[in-house]
Amino acid sequence: MNFRDEHDEREMKRFALSETPIDIAPLHDVLLDARAGACASFEGWVRDHNDGRAVRGLRYEAYVALAEAEGERIVDEALVKFEIVNARCVHRTGELAIGELAIWAGASAAHRDAAFAACRYIVDEVKSRVPIWKHERYADGAAGWLHPRPEQEKPA
Amino acid sequence: MARVTVLYFASLRDAAGVASEQVETEAADLHTLYESARTRYGFSLPVERLRVAVDGAFAKWGDPVRDGGEIAFIPPVSGG
Repeated sequence: MNFRDEHDEREMKRFALSETPIDIAPLHDVLLDARAGACASFEGWVRDHNDGRAVRGLRYEAYVALAEAEGERIVDEALVKFEIVNARCVHRTGELAIGELAIWAGASAAHRDAAFAACRYIVDEVKSRVPIWKHERYADGAAGWLHPRPEQEKPA
Repeated sequence: MARVTVLYFASLRDAAGVASEQVETEAADLHTLYESARTRYGFSLPVERLRVAVDGAFAKWGDPVRDGGEIAFIPPVSGG
């Protein structure tokens, strides 16, 4: 790695919002590291049902300034809590169709336990703390914002 | 009297009919400011289910309302 690459790494944000489809390849590339023997990643997809209702599509809205800051804080926490080499997370905003990638998180580490744990931590914390809201459109023509109570939250 | 900018998101924006507005308020703290907006727009969410942010950082409901601040009411999030 030359000096320019190290500089770019410091400048690069580890959490991002994206208005366009998430391109996984560059995220994977940035996690690739000679010190890493494991990489765990998670893809959250838009599914065609929620809470017993048929879903046609959805829209994500974010409070951008705070979402970027809180997402960055979460990835920083993961880098401190777990023995990982690197981590990244991207969350979509805007209109998404069934099957589209809504969130991608990945962590590279010397060993798989830390990679799995860090990836899980990032996704769980983003879902519970980052100011992003889901607006679902249903097959019956209705639509609405999801504002789950903590006890209603279910794993993706 | 403080003049602040208030941001509304998701169902709060739909209920308020605006994404942001300038408010002149006598409210001593952020909790009181939310209650006055809740009364004005009929928000169904009680303050216990929300978080609040000032100038892009999470804040506490007991924090004072400062002139010129940008205040965001954060309904329960549903990313991921």
